[in-house]
Amino acid sequence: MPTPRVLILRAPGTNCDVETAYAFEQAGGQAQRVHINRVLEQPGILSDYQILCVPGGFSYGDDIAAGRILANQIRHHLADCLGQFRADGKLILGICNGFQVLIKAGVLLDAIPDRPSENPTPPATLTWNDSGKFEDRWVHLKVEGDKSVFLSGIRRMYLPVAHAEGKFVARDAQQLTTLEQASQLVLRYCDKDAQEKGDQQNNEVPYPLNPNGSQKNVAGVCDTTGRVLGLMPHPERHIDPTQHPHWTRGAGGPSGDGLTIFLNAVAYFR
Amino acid sequence: MLWEIDIHAREGIPDRVAAAIVTEANDLGITNLKVSTAHGYLIQGRIERAQVDRLANELLADQVVQRTVVAPVGDAVLNQAPPHGSCLVHVLPKPGVMDPVAQSALAALADLDLPVDEVRTFHKFWLSPLPADQLQVITGKILANDAIEQVIVGPLDFDHLEIGAPYRLELQHVAIRQLDDAALMRLSREGQLYLQLAEMQTIQAFYNQLGREPTDVELETLAQTWSEHCSHKTLAGRIDYRGAIGPQGESGQRQFDNMLKETIFAATTEIRARLADQDWCVSVFEDNAGIVRFDNENNVVFKVETHNHPSALEPYGGANTGIGGVIRDPLGTGLGAKPVCNTDVFCFAPPETPADQLPPGVLHPRRVLKGVVAGVRDYGNRMGIPTVNGAIYFDRRYLGNPLVYCGNVGILPRDKSHKQPLPDDWIVVIGGRTGRDGIHGATFSSAELTDQSETLSGGAVQIGNAITEKMVVDIVLAARDQGLYNAITDCGAGGLSSAVGEMGERIGAEVQLDQVPTKYDGLSYTEIWISEAQERMVLAVPAGRWDALAALCASENVEATVIGKFSPTGRLQLKYHDQQVADLPMDFLHDGRPKVVRQATYTPRPPAPLPPPPRQRPDDTLRDILGSLNVASKEWVIRQYDHEVQGGSVMKPLVGIDNDGPSDAAVVRPRLDSRQGLVIACGMNPHYGDLDTYHMAASAIDEAVRNCVAVGADPARIAILDNFCWGDCEQPETLGSLVRAAMACYDLAVGWDTPFISGKDSLNNEFTFEDESGQRHTISIPPSLLISALGQIRDVARCVSMDFKAPGNLLYQVGITKDELGGSHFALVSGLDGGSVPQVDLAQARRSFAAMHRAIDSGLVRACHDLSEGGLAVAAAEMAFAGGYGATIQPAQIPCSTPHLAGRPEVILFSESNSRFLCEVETAKAAAFEDMLTGVACAQVGQVTDRSRLTIGDWIDADTRQLKQAWQRPLSFD
Repeated sequence: MPTPRVLILRAPGTNCDVETAYAFEQAGGQAQRVHINRVLEQPGILSDYQILCVPGGFSYGDDIAAGRILANQIRHHLADCLGQFRADGKLILGICNGFQVLIKAGVLLDAIPDRPSENPTPPATLTWNDSGKFEDRWVHLKVEGDKSVFLSGIRRMYLPVAHAEGKFVARDAQQLTTLEQASQLVLRYCDKDAQEKGDQQNNEVPYPLNPNGSQKNVAGVCDTTGRVLGLMPHPERHIDPTQHPHWTRGAGGPSGDGLTIFLNAVAYFR
Repeated sequence: MLWEIDIHAREGIPDRVAAAIVTEANDLGITNLKVSTAHGYLIQGRIERAQVDRLANELLADQVVQRTVVAPVGDAVLNQAPPHGSCLVHVLPKPGVMDPVAQSALAALADLDLPVDEVRTFHKFWLSPLPADQLQVITGKILANDAIEQVIVGPLDFDHLEIGAPYRLELQHVAIRQLDDAALMRLSREGQLYLQLAEMQTIQAFYNQLGREPTDVELETLAQTWSEHCSHKTLAGRIDYRGAIGPQGESGQRQFDNMLKETIFAATTEIRARLADQDWCVSVFEDNAGIVRFDNENNVVFKVETHNHPSALEPYGGANTGIGGVIRDPLGTGLGAKPVCNTDVFCFAPPETPADQLPPGVLHPRRVLKGVVAGVRDYGNRMGIPTVNGAIYFDRRYLGNPLVYCGNVGILPRDKSHKQPLPDDWIVVIGGRTGRDGIHGATFSSAELTDQSETLSGGAVQIGNAITEKMVVDIVLAARDQGLYNAITDCGAGGLSSAVGEMGERIGAEVQLDQVPTKYDGLSYTEIWISEAQERMVLAVPAGRWDALAALCASENVEATVIGKFSPTGRLQLKYHDQQVADLPMDFLHDGRPKVVRQATYTPRPPAPLPPPPRQRPDDTLRDILGSLNVASKEWVIRQYDHEVQGGSVMKPLVGIDNDGPSDAAVVRPRLDSRQGLVIACGMNPHYGDLDTYHMAASAIDEAVRNCVAVGADPARIAILDNFCWGDCEQPETLGSLVRAAMACYDLAVGWDTPFISGKDSLNNEFTFEDESGQRHTISIPPSLLISALGQIRDVARCVSMDFKAPGNLLYQVGITKDELGGSHFALVSGLDGGSVPQVDLAQARRSFAAMHRAIDSGLVRACHDLSEGGLAVAAAEMAFAGGYGATIQPAQIPCSTPHLAGRPEVILFSESNSRFLCEVETAKAAAFEDMLTGVACAQVGQVTDRSRLTIGDWIDADTRQLKQAWQRPLSFD
């Protein structure tokens, strides 16, 4: 298969599109930044791509709620196209604001089936950080299970978060359990040594390790197929060694932890 | 129909807004308050209940964490009090104030095909019962700011939203030809023109000659163009200076025809001439930002602005539009630079100032600080521009007049660095619509603040809408690369008047004011012309490119409108439909202002010895300095800024093992595919200005440059910016203190070949109020010169950070410690006055900077930190706790100006002598390092240890974890 093509979806207020495209390019993909208006005019262009990425930023200012307006545009105009995209075995990635968009658009988690109505309740959302404000800080992450294509082979990562509305909250305890049992809660905040201790992390690690108060330390979730991933941390901000906050102390490797996510996505089509 | 949708937190989800209000009320002495909050939307349109329910659930509320109450406004169900609350308060933006969420909601509703005419957001609060005076305190000091918001106690009682009434043209003339001097000045003041008598007389003479009265819009245009804010008439004017000259302050005199041109600009001109074909400046002091060379394809640009007066009245909106405004400067430089990073420096009164000691009309400094930080955060983060560098200074004199400096660095292709509007180009405005907001900002910023400012100039306060500006940036960069325009500038202070007036200065311009898109009906032609509504850019577009530009803008929903033409008439002509409303010759507008000679005098404070230091253990003094507001950790602020977006972050503002040590400078890679970096730092020390503004300015430049050098920047490639914030420069002493600082700027720049490339001044930073007995008081800010530095580094992998790296490494002090405790933090925390102000030894500093750069570039330095506020002891403590290690330092080894200083702990530990660094060097590289620093004062003074203790001779023996706590505590507001 030739180089996979990546559509980086851009909307008013998207602001991580350039570096996210660069990360996909570094991983061997061919990335194009495309404005949402072009996709709405001609949804068929999606079929030219193997990977769809909704990058970080403040789509439509995050006015009303983070990601809400772009999510509504997708839900009302592109739901079928994205459904097809997913059914075709392609990949969808939402980073930070992209995660907020995917979860609110119903692309990532299926609506609760026992509430059949025109407007079914989503099983979970991303809401205001417990700190009540935007924060930029680096977090330790661990991968749970092997369901997500993007996280294949990754155990631990050190990445920055930068958001105000990243607290993962499920509709209720039952939903949370269902998602966990389906192995969809794939990325968790942890402390520096979590893996070594073998801690199952069923309790929330304290702030600021868990930077926003997410239930079960959830930093990222995938859909039922494992081919759609949303995460709050920014992998595109850690692909170069000098992005690591301790690089002057000799920490980090020849490339950043985040690069593997993009390499995995590209490798999936090779 | 007017519907109200209330959105509440679902049961079990905490109401954080309420919790914050309770805390703030406690701070104001109101205890046991109980609060519930909701926010919501007023929706006006011909829509049915079911439709409203649908948009509440689908668009406006998050069903997982929120619940809604929907009803027509006034319905009892909306106003049912929760168990503890009885007093209902609504807060809404005043009509005409930017409401970005409402705008976005309106656009999203259109997408749902709902016939909605207008949306407005609001917040509502239920408070437990409380007396009327306390209710007033809470609404006025916590819930709302009446500069931009209206408070309604009780249920909402209106049934429709005002959207403006149609405007009927009435051409206004202002009778000025017959006025006497007193009447001219009354007109200047009451019309908010803020022109001086000589200027009013010149205008009067001009219209007498013309044989007619000016129209109101002509007068406004002249006032705006001649305002201090836009013309810098004081500093770029004639000044007769008598007083201290040169570093040693001999008395003398100088006459300036244009003070800025003969000091700061002159330095750059000399440096460029000397560099000849090695000149790396591209465009200085002519465009909206200074431009210097970066790599083979790109130049970089830098601009720092202030937004002080709006921030005093409405901190959030003031800072918000401050950062929004400065981003448009690089975007309006050359053919448009891409924003790369932001800087922010603030000056406030101490946040612990007792609330009952505030003069009337002053917001509490803690509220100002939080509002300003939130304003920068919300705009900068939304723009996707990392905020990478800044500082905060505290002094009581900033109480009524805080300072907010906002800076932006951009990158620009070399062949897009110059603009040239051509005759017959169309005048195109793109971006935000014009509204009644921001009227009189340019002239207002030139007036002093008083306790009445809010009522007088409320219109000068605005809220920004970052997303509109982000859309404009995206489109401008695309249009630039397609070559769709000949020139671009920002609409800043003075609005279209300033932007079109400047762009058309050498051509002429004809503007059809009725064509300008407005936010609502009812704006007069004058309001349209002078409105400073945000997020607008003005372009000069060749007729043949208009279709392509219009299509590009439409493709991303950016509004673009042709409003006129740069007609080669040499005149500024404004029309509203068929009526001509202004006709002014460009040369009178730009060159007609009379030159006034201002007197300036300056005598530095006579030297006085520092009284004997208090009998306090140096350990405790160190802890006091670390915990003093200027030195203390700014992490609470920094974390709220996205400092890593765009992916170029190399040196973050917080560094070290726990990501919380104070970096000297930020380093970013503006191009992801290159290893070349930009270094951003600043220097400022208002306290030195109380002794001698010459040495204050010299020290600020030294600090900015040494901060850059400390992380690895090449001192031969550092460009600097000046931002003067001063008091009333009509006072000869105040103006003199500025002139003296400007002369230092010249000396330092020329001495180091460090060019100034851009600058800005903000004068009249004073606050006047009447106390209870009717007595007038004026608080003038201390002379506040901010120097911002833009350095460069060939390969970012050579950078060093300030945190200790490994036990056993050696410590070197580079530079000489002198008895310079005047204006120091030692003096500040000890309550002492006197001592010598730190000076700069130009030749020695230049050698030190060059040698340090060679050593860092050769990989010989593991950590480096500049010695600034608090001197050696503070620098060593910060390096230790940032690295998670300790240090042992032998005071006897410290390089001193005279040997006897070695016996004076306060000097060795806390003196703030300039041009010094503390460096960590591996033992194996010590000899090479020492070689590299030959000819520079440098001595091995100690060693990094693996114990968390800082030991300096017998004087200091402290646990670094406790020092860190002392440093972190004061400004953590959570």
